[in-house]
Amino acid sequence: MSEETAIEKIQAALTTIPYARYLGVQVVFNGDEMTGVLPFAEKLIGNPMLPAIHGGALGAFMELTAIAQLSVLQPSAKRPRTIDVSIEYLRSARPVATYARAEVKKVGRRIANVHVEAWQDRRVAPIAFLRAHFLVDPED
Amino acid sequence: MADNHEDTGGPDEAAVQLAYMAELMNKGSPQASSLGFHTLEISPGRALVRVKYREDLIGDPATGVIAGGVVTTLLDHTCGQAVYAGLKKAVAIATLDLRIDYMRRSEPGLDVFVAANVYKWTHSIAFVRAIAYDRDPQDPVAAAQAAFMLDASAGRPPGANLKPPARGSAA
Repeated sequence: MSEETAIEKIQAALTTIPYARYLGVQVVFNGDEMTGVLPFAEKLIGNPMLPAIHGGALGAFMELTAIAQLSVLQPSAKRPRTIDVSIEYLRSARPVATYARAEVKKVGRRIANVHVEAWQDRRVAPIAFLRAHFLVDPED
Repeated sequence: MADNHEDTGGPDEAAVQLAYMAELMNKGSPQASSLGFHTLEISPGRALVRVKYREDLIGDPATGVIAGGVVTTLLDHTCGQAVYAGLKKAVAIATLDLRIDYMRRSEPGLDVFVAANVYKWTHSIAFVRAIAYDRDPQDPVAAAQAAFMLDASAGRPPGANLKPPARGSAA
């Protein structure tokens, strides 16, 4: 499968997943380098006092970015299933757009290991990390 | 035991106040309210919160299973609520880390519940365990472990650690 069709497939997948639509997650490609984008929306606010985006929504966004990155690598593979995630929060997520980039550290026959980094205004000041394992060949 | 949390059950009035606080946390948080989080049980260091099954929260259109991200958010929210319910005085709390094992997919059409329990308090950290389930807590959908920082703003006004948004950067 060519890169372009892989990209189209990912963008189409994001519009067919109801929850990805709910979050408003988008992906932007520069060549084969993919960046996840979570545009700010009022409903993403978890703590109205700060205000800050909900840590769960941020985790969900990073997980979707990881899954999309796996599909870039293996466009024809089955939809990966999440085994575990570990999220580290470094800073509160302010009410602005959030970006994420995923790095597939290893993809084996059954398991993939992916690291994701999320930031807002400045890439050098990440707001959160996610590390995850995925089953890339789920049996059902 | 650290002195910054409540470790006694207290009278009924305290229970009513906690239930009220939990509803404020659910309704006052746009994300929790948008997902329809509802607290069923709350006591110092413990919380049980439900998310109703909804079609716009589906993560896999082929199966109709609710998105893992919704479970992630409910886990984070319920853990935070359990911590907040155990504080002796209201201070800002912040999730340091959240680790989740996804054991199985939840059943399409079923609500998801998260039960969270603070199992260790220190002066500055609360350690929390939680499970997510649809029918039976003994057959969990996911299990989580989290660490929360207590008094995250350390006496400063909320958000003092945040820099003002750079001009033109707003979404």
